[in-house]
Amino acid sequence: MNQSDATIWFIIAALGVGTFAIRFSFLGLFGDRKLPEWALRYLRYTPVAVIPALIAPMVLWPPATGGTPDLARLIAAAVVILVGYVTKNVLGAIAAGAAALLVGLSVF
Amino acid sequence: MTTPKSAFRRGFLDGGPFVLIVVPFALVFGAVGSEAGLSIAQVMGFSVLVIAGAAQFTAVQLLADEAPTFVILLTSLAVNLRMAMYSASLQPYLGQASVWARPLLAYMLVDQSYTISILKFEKEPEMTVSARVAYFFGVVALIVPFWYICTFIGALAGQAVPDGYGIDFAIPIAFLALVAPALRTVAHVAAALVAVVLALAFAGLPYNFGLLIAAIAAMVTGAEIERRYFS
Repeated sequence: MNQSDATIWFIIAALGVGTFAIRFSFLGLFGDRKLPEWALRYLRYTPVAVIPALIAPMVLWPPATGGTPDLARLIAAAVVILVGYVTKNVLGAIAAGAAALLVGLSVF
Repeated sequence: MTTPKSAFRRGFLDGGPFVLIVVPFALVFGAVGSEAGLSIAQVMGFSVLVIAGAAQFTAVQLLADEAPTFVILLTSLAVNLRMAMYSASLQPYLGQASVWARPLLAYMLVDQSYTISILKFEKEPEMTVSARVAYFFGVVALIVPFWYICTFIGALAGQAVPDGYGIDFAIPIAFLALVAPALRTVAHVAAALVAVVLALAFAGLPYNFGLLIAAIAAMVTGAEIERRYFS
């Protein structure tokens, strides 16, 4: 990364303050006001909206290969999704994906 | 009648097993962070000040992509927006806690402590506020220290691990493992698909705007499908 130390520390501090504000919001500041139903509906989908958008390019065009699609990484990603979806087990999915990646990297 | 002391013990026992989830994520975050070029102090700064795994991974990935600062902040905070929901849903149970307890509760409000506590509070509505606070602190008594310590160990290890073991792919694997079990309904799956397709289609846009467009469109997709067909 090329950012200066000051920029990185600014990001860490701002994320710390922002995250705390989100967590403290209803517990500490807004009292017993309730979130409206439409807001709850959007909040429910933030993780499944943001995270796939963030990682899709990393899976298809990994920086480590200079952006060329790589079979070992694609298979590993597919294994994680499959195991995670079927078993609902986060750790099992990570273990299966890591194993698939190590095998794939040594084979291809 | 639950005393605060027995509530703390109960929370401690209920939270204990979740250390098994926290340890690998903290180790991987530490390793990925130092591998990406953060100093050990900066890696620890993330885990102590932000204390939110998914957002920390997001920020480190975008730092490595050299995304602009406001995109890094916006995206990482969006990942944490779900915590507003946690805060709102715990409010009826913990909103009356003391002035010094509430900021501490908020600081340690993570996926695990929320899930464990809300189930307990809903099941035992007769718990006093002080017993609930003690229970919550019991839940996080191991989770939070392990998060710090294992981040540190991971950061040290990350400096020692040579390239070529696919550590670059630790972030996608960790994220996919978090998201796949969350694809519970058609609305969740549709949101994720829209996110993937648009993120790839708009990957060439400057300032990582493609990511923001894809995430917003995906959020609207999920919420609209739920509103039209499931409510």
